[in-house]
This record gives sequence, C-alpha cells and structure tokens, in this order.
Amino acid sequence: MLRVLRPGLLTTIQDIGRPHTVASGVPPGGAMDRFAHTAANLLVGNDRGAATLECTLSGPHLVAERACLIAITGADFEPRVNDVATPMWTGVFLSPGDQLTFGGRRAGARAYVAVAGGIAGERWLGSMSTNLMCARGGMQGRALVAGDVISVGEPSVAMVAGRSLAGDQQPVYAERTLHAIAGPHFARLQAESRDALFDAVFSVSHDSNRMGYRLEGPRLDAPGEELLSFGVVAGAVQLPAGGQPILLMADHQTAGGYPVVITVASASMPIAAQLAPGDEFRFAETPIERALQMRSAQREALDLLLI
Amino acid sequence: MPPQRSTVRVRVHPLGDTAVLAELGTKLDTALNTRAIALAAALKKRRDVRQAVAGYASVTVQFDPDQITHEALAAAIKRLATKRPPMDEPGRLHRIPVVYDGPDLYAVAMQLRLSTQEVIELHGRPIYRVFLVGFVPGWAYLGPLADELALPRRPVPRTQVPAGSVAIAGHQTGIYPLPSPGGWHLIGRTSVKLFLPDSDPPSLFRAGDRVKFFSVSG
Repeated sequence: MLRVLRPGLLTTIQDIGRPHTVASGVPPGGAMDRFAHTAANLLVGNDRGAATLECTLSGPHLVAERACLIAITGADFEPRVNDVATPMWTGVFLSPGDQLTFGGRRAGARAYVAVAGGIAGERWLGSMSTNLMCARGGMQGRALVAGDVISVGEPSVAMVAGRSLAGDQQPVYAERTLHAIAGPHFARLQAESRDALFDAVFSVSHDSNRMGYRLEGPRLDAPGEELLSFGVVAGAVQLPAGGQPILLMADHQTAGGYPVVITVASASMPIAAQLAPGDEFRFAETPIERALQMRSAQREALDLLLI
Repeated sequence: MPPQRSTVRVRVHPLGDTAVLAELGTKLDTALNTRAIALAAALKKRRDVRQAVAGYASVTVQFDPDQITHEALAAAIKRLATKRPPMDEPGRLHRIPVVYDGPDLYAVAMQLRLSTQEVIELHGRPIYRVFLVGFVPGWAYLGPLADELALPRRPVPRTQVPAGSVAIAGHQTGIYPLPSPGGWHLIGRTSVKLFLPDSDPPSLFRAGDRVKFFSVSG
C-alpha cells in the first residue's frame, strides 16, 4: 500500500488499456509509453500488463505503508527515497515509512512507478486504466489526490531488488525523432507540405493531452473531398482543414474523418509519449520493414528483463 | 455451385506498422456499410487480427505483425471482401423520443426554406441505420438523412453541446452522448442515454442497428 501525500500534476493509474472497446467509441487508453510501463513491471516481477502509476510532468510524494519493491522508469523527475537520489530503471526496495519524492523534470514527460504485485485499481471494461473523460477506471476514474491510498496486489514471485535495464537499452529522450510511415491519405499532401512534413521542426502545443497532441509547425495542406469517418489508431497524424496536424495518443477519439497523412511507428510511440508541451521534434519517413525491426529490437530489450 | 463473387474494389493502406485501413468505397451507402461490418466480423475471427472496426465504408484492422505481414493481410482482406456478404439482417430497432426544440431548429428551417414542422416531420420519417459507433463514447453516426435536410456543418463549432442533443449535418444525424464540443445543428433533445458506462458494450447503439425518432412534447 502506498499513501499519497502530494499527487503531482497529473498522476493516474494505467495498464495496457481496453482495446476491444473502440467499437463502442470508448478510447483504448492505457499507458502512453508502453516501453517504460512494461519495463517497470518486468523489473519488479509483474506481468507486462499490470497497472502502474503514470506521472505527468512531475512526480507525486508517496509513503510506503508496507515493505514493497518498486521500479521507476520513463521520464527523469529526479526520484528520491528518503531524500536520497534513487536509480531509475531498477528494482528498489521500500521499507514501511519510506518516502518516495521527486525533484525537477530533467528529461521526458511521463514517469512510471510499478510496484511488485501490481497496483490494484478499479477495473472498467476489462482494464484498470483511468479514463478521465468517462470518469471510470483506476482511482475512481480520476487523477490521484492527496490522501488517496493506493492498493497493491500480492506479488506472485519473490521480490528481488537491484534488477535493472542496461544503460544502452534505456531510451534517450533528447533524441526527438519520430519515425513515421506514410498514411492512407499521404498522397493528398501537396508537394511543399510533403517536404515540410519531413524537413520542418514541429512542436507539441500546450493544447495537448492523453487524447492527442496538437502540433505547431508549418501549415500543411491535404485538399480533397470530405472523407467518410473511419476507425483511427494511436500514432495516426490527422490533418484538419486548418492545416495544423494532430497526433493521436492513447485516449484518442476512436473514429475520425480527417485525412491521416502519416502514422508514427509503434516503436516511436514511447518517444512521442515523452514529449512535453513546447518540446520540438521531427518526423522521419520510415519504411514499414524498418519500423518492424525497431519494434523487435525494443521487445528484445524488454525480453532480457525476463531472464 | 461456386460462391458468388462481386466486384468490390478494396484498397488496403498501411496505418502504421501494426494496422491497415481497408477502404471498400467512398460513398455513404448502406450496402457498402453492410459489407464493411461483415468484413470486420470475419477479420475479428482471425488469430493474427487484434481488432477490426468498421467505418462507413472501410475497416480499420489492427494486427500482430509477428504472425502476418502487411502484404499477406492485405491479400486476405481482399479475398474476404470479394465473398458475397451475408444477408443484411435487420439490426435491433431503437425508438427514440425527441423534444424538437433545439437551439438551431428555427435557423435550420430558415436555411432549408422549410417550416420547423416540416423539418421535424422529415427528420422523424425514415428508419435510420447506425453506420458506425465511435468518435466519443456512445456516439453513433446515423443516416442517411433526407436530401431536403442536408446542410453543411456550422462554420464555427460550439465549444459545449449538452448531452442528449439531437443533431444533423450533411446526410447524417446523431445524438451527443456526452457534453462535448460539436459543429452539428442542434434540432432537438432526448432523455435516452446512449453511453452506458456500466454495461458492456457501453454503447446503446451498435453498428447495423436501426433508429426511429418520434416527436414528444417537452
């Protein structure tokens, strides 16, 4: 059990979401950065799909009510245990009464805290992920607040601290390139827009959240007939008539009628999840084969944690 | 007898490295939508497919790239799409009471050169089809709307539309399930709940269902 003294800016319980609900219009949800989420779970001996805390832009102040094994991955918010810096991407023991706090944001946008046994949130439509719009799942469908008590499941394996993800396997959030694959409506882009898409620097606007990021950059044009609405996926980059693209994230609308000009490769979505409002990045056109190689490499890095 | 074939031309586009968009056509058409729903159902049974969701005239397919390549999946989709679709079994019929007093009713009637009563009658006459459930939880795209009622969306969307608002745009009609921004014309309201968070599935309407509106007094 963990008690929340301060919740941080936006800390929610997330697992791997509810992908089957998209046919009802309910966003799939789940952890924005699946690499960091999965790594955190594997470092404490959990299943990949166990729930973790997703801490956005700042970390919470938590107190361990019982001994537990935790791992902190993703964004570096300078985690400390009892005011001593504690390593990230590593299993760490907390004794009863230990305080987990965070300092400033050094890299990334979302940190994940996994606890051996998994965080026990409220399950909604098969997932403990918090959906803020529907106010369901996780902690009563909302972000954590001071005074919350976070329940933790019973660990199914012996708790072993010190397991870590090798430094060369850890993502570098300063490398802000999102690999992307030409989308269904890429051909609609005018020549200059096509060049601009891959040459220009884009930034994440302040009007961005778990549903999607509005991107600032050159105006892009993809004229053509209005489209009939179709199912969309996380990573799809929609281009509304105004010319400012939207990158769909975990809590995305399930269908849309805007052209999808590119789709971010699944292996780049963890990097996308670590972009904060104001951060600049580029898109790199990537063939599917390369995107799949990157995806396999990430999985292999995580599989090493199972050994 | 060999199975009957039909001439649906399917275009399969990559939607990233783990999904494709299969387009059956570009028209708002009940037969195309029936095919899309049948194709999504057939694809969902495959082990290499994680999700298959029908759009108006398309299917968005999320798949496991460790089990099948884009090319092989595209070929499988085209094969399945050329099979004769099952008979379009009439979907469940929902009768939805509407108080036709929306803030845009009068403006809509003016723009269409109709009386408000004619707008109400034209809107309540057809049995609409649920083409697609999506966008936001419980939202259903219903149609086709009578030609006489077709209007472009409002030039400036409202920042907040109340839940239960009955709206029209183009050849479509729908009901806002949750308070949300929206650019459709609001002609009425209903007390029927479309988003059912404590049910599974959490949406009253499913793709292929039928919807009939009837006028009630507020």
